Amino acid sequence: MITRIPPYASFDEGGFAVSSLSGKFAWSGLVLSLGLGVTAHAAEVNLYTTREPGLIRPLLEAYTAKSGVKVNTVFVEKGLAERVAAEGARSSADILMTVDIGNLIELVDRDLAQPVRSPALEAAVPAPLRDAEGRWFALSMRARVLYADETLSGLTAATYESLADPQWTGKVCLRSGQHPYNTALISAFLVRHGAEKTEAWLRGLKANLARKAAGGDRDVARDIAADLCEVGLGNSYYVGLMRSGRGGPDQQKWGKAIKVVLPTFEGGGTHVNVSGAVVAKAAPNREEAVKLLEYLVSDEAQAVYANADYEYPVKAGAAIDPLLASLGTLTIDQTPLLEIARNRKAASLLVDKVGFDN
Amino acid sequence: MAATRGLGWAGAAALAALLLSPVISLGIAALGGGSELWPHLAAYVLPQAIRDTALLLAGVGLLVIGLGTGAAWLVSAFDFPGRRVLEGALLLPLAMPTYVVAYAYLDLSHPLGPLQAGLRSLLGLSSPRDLPLPDLRSLPGCILLLGFVLYPYVYLPTRALFLMQAGTLLEAARVLGAGPFRSFLRVALPLARPAVALGTGLALMEALNDVGAAEFLGVRTLTVQVYATWVNRSDLPGAAQIALVMLACVVALVGLERLARGGRGYAGSARRNAAVTRRRLSGWRAGTAVALGATPVVLGFLLPAGHLACEAWRRVAGGGWPDTLAVQTGNTILYASLATGVTVVVGLLVAAAPFLLSARAGRALIRAAGLGYAMPGTVLAVGLLGPLALIDSGLLEAGFATVSVGLGTGAALVIAYALRFLTVTVGASEAGLARIPHTISDAARVLGRGRLATLATVQIPLAWPAMLSGGLLAFVDIAKELPVTLLLRPLNVETLSTFLYGEAARGTYEDGAVAAVLIVMIGLVPVTLLLRIDENAVWRRR
Repeated sequence: MITRIPPYASFDEGGFAVSSLSGKFAWSGLVLSLGLGVTAHAAEVNLYTTREPGLIRPLLEAYTAKSGVKVNTVFVEKGLAERVAAEGARSSADILMTVDIGNLIELVDRDLAQPVRSPALEAAVPAPLRDAEGRWFALSMRARVLYADETLSGLTAATYESLADPQWTGKVCLRSGQHPYNTALISAFLVRHGAEKTEAWLRGLKANLARKAAGGDRDVARDIAADLCEVGLGNSYYVGLMRSGRGGPDQQKWGKAIKVVLPTFEGGGTHVNVSGAVVAKAAPNREEAVKLLEYLVSDEAQAVYANADYEYPVKAGAAIDPLLASLGTLTIDQTPLLEIARNRKAASLLVDKVGFDN
Repeated sequence: MAATRGLGWAGAAALAALLLSPVISLGIAALGGGSELWPHLAAYVLPQAIRDTALLLAGVGLLVIGLGTGAAWLVSAFDFPGRRVLEGALLLPLAMPTYVVAYAYLDLSHPLGPLQAGLRSLLGLSSPRDLPLPDLRSLPGCILLLGFVLYPYVYLPTRALFLMQAGTLLEAARVLGAGPFRSFLRVALPLARPAVALGTGLALMEALNDVGAAEFLGVRTLTVQVYATWVNRSDLPGAAQIALVMLACVVALVGLERLARGGRGYAGSARRNAAVTRRRLSGWRAGTAVALGATPVVLGFLLPAGHLACEAWRRVAGGGWPDTLAVQTGNTILYASLATGVTVVVGLLVAAAPFLLSARAGRALIRAAGLGYAMPGTVLAVGLLGPLALIDSGLLEAGFATVSVGLGTGAALVIAYALRFLTVTVGASEAGLARIPHTISDAARVLGRGRLATLATVQIPLAWPAMLSGGLLAFVDIAKELPVTLLLRPLNVETLSTFLYGEAARGTYEDGAVAAVLIVMIGLVPVTLLLRIDENAVWRRR
């Protein structure tokens, strides 16, 4: 009779006629749901990710070409942790990949990750960018940088604190304060300065907004290009994506209308967030999962992060893309990532309290 | 006989359990947290979020009722050149996911976009600063956008109603001396109330549950707050609490509307149902009619879709077709077709439950069928995670080790779609069944037909146009659905809407635009069919 098979098997080597049709993937999902047996790949690894498929596909394709291991993926945005938790011991997830340190730590807090000991990972990823027990690893970094009107020639340095100064009244554009990228920054502010000062800063920043805190980081550049505002905050890789023309000619214009300043905290460095991954607690292919993570911090993969996605590699000494290097020398703020993750709830509540997004 | 009914009751009970399961699972999650979130919400969040949500719903409600009934009346009561094209074109905004329209409009209406740039060059201005126009990223902007995209939910059932049964009464009104405007307000609109209520309800739930467009346009609805609580604070209990309170409000509002409509019967009589006789317009009157009717089509569809098509063309001309599109198109059509089939059949049975089982239980089941649509898609999907996992382990323990319908399978996705959109097909089947004069079904029963046989041989043949139009509407909804698909689909399965979202999220808009155009094209097929069905239904009646 039919046998129960894990839902990650694929049809690529199965003798199933439909697999040659364009609807291959659909059929695999549906037919699997009926429990029909098919031949599985020799080695596979299953990746649940909140990173957009277009960003990680080049990495995964390179890995499959190199190792022969098939990587099955599902791009889940909100609810990754809930899904894996509900799947429980029978989850097919091997690796959970996400952006933002808060989201990464949540996977550990919810007991969805397992510790990994790997000399390769430990050698490649600096200690502040991974868990001491190996339950999470950062794979790439992005800085929260200042986008400014390129005509502001006097503006060559800035602090996050100064964005609340009255000189910027009606001149700042930002995305929602409840977006993880901003919440993490506010959380870092909170760790450095305490609740009272952070609240005052948020109120000042709110008063400086030229428009509602909404949209995405690229909208900040676009609105600066349209003279709606003069400065704003955005992630570093968007600058690369816009200026390289990868997002189309319009975005290239936005990218060129702004100049980028690497802001710092007073007496500190530039706020940096990470993308990272954990090995799932119930990983059915644990060994393959570790191997894929090790690949992702190899020189080859870190170069892809840098050159295709314009992210800062985590591996010490790995080259960064010239476009990114042209933004200036990055001095990473030393606020521990774990502290930032632990304070994000308080930061998010503060955003509500000052009515930042209203 | 008795065995069939027993089976029917068992099926109804199982379905009711499934329909309620996400709410129960959210309830359990909500109980996992304390009440400490509420003072914070009451002090800092609710005053603004309730105000914005109420304004959004009131604005979108007025707009969809105005546009939907107005357009339905225009094409039903008048004849003018281009009317038949317009009849179909007015449905087109249905094919567009709202968040995609929001993306497109932000491109179009931005100071750097073609509309304002064109206006500036017309006025001889160089900088956007010289021509400050209101920003789309605002509550009024969001109301306009959602109103022009969602009005077909009202237009579709209202037009069908005008076509099917308004004729006799309107003729009476005309004989009694009422002009076209007066007969619209005093006769047609009250007559159309169930259809308007059904459509407005669907449109308002879409508006309330929307996050994409609201987040993009900076409108802080209660739904956005659910996500901030859940995603940004890892506070699932708190988020579940807010979601359940919102759900309770929606259920109460729907109940109030039903109550206000009271026990008024809207069933047609067995004879003399006729479409409205259209008044022929010419000259400037015809021109005005065309202009009025075309406005929602242009704003709700042609402009954003045209923009997408341009973007898509740039992408295809520059780099060819994204290589995965064929598979994604296949997935979209396949899942939407399967889920539509399930949704239509279950929807018909639910709509007929008052007749098949008992009036009271049937009505309860119909109301439960509305739950999946009354909450945001992601909330439904999260609520379903537990129940789906439970089904799987239940099957495993019961010894069915060979069957898996649980999480991460295509079957789970189909179940979730059906729960989400069941109300669409139930509503349509209900409307279709309600139009059948009681005398006809009664006659079949008196002549000895069983209930199921009466349904199959008498009621379905009479109600099929309504059922099918419900199915087509569900198909369009499923094909463009995003949040449930995103969270529940199996590994390696990408649909057009998840692909589009992935591309839009990372800012490679041109790649996504091709998928968006394909979603619209897939949506166009059922939209075109929807019109045929109504025409046929009228023809058959005559």
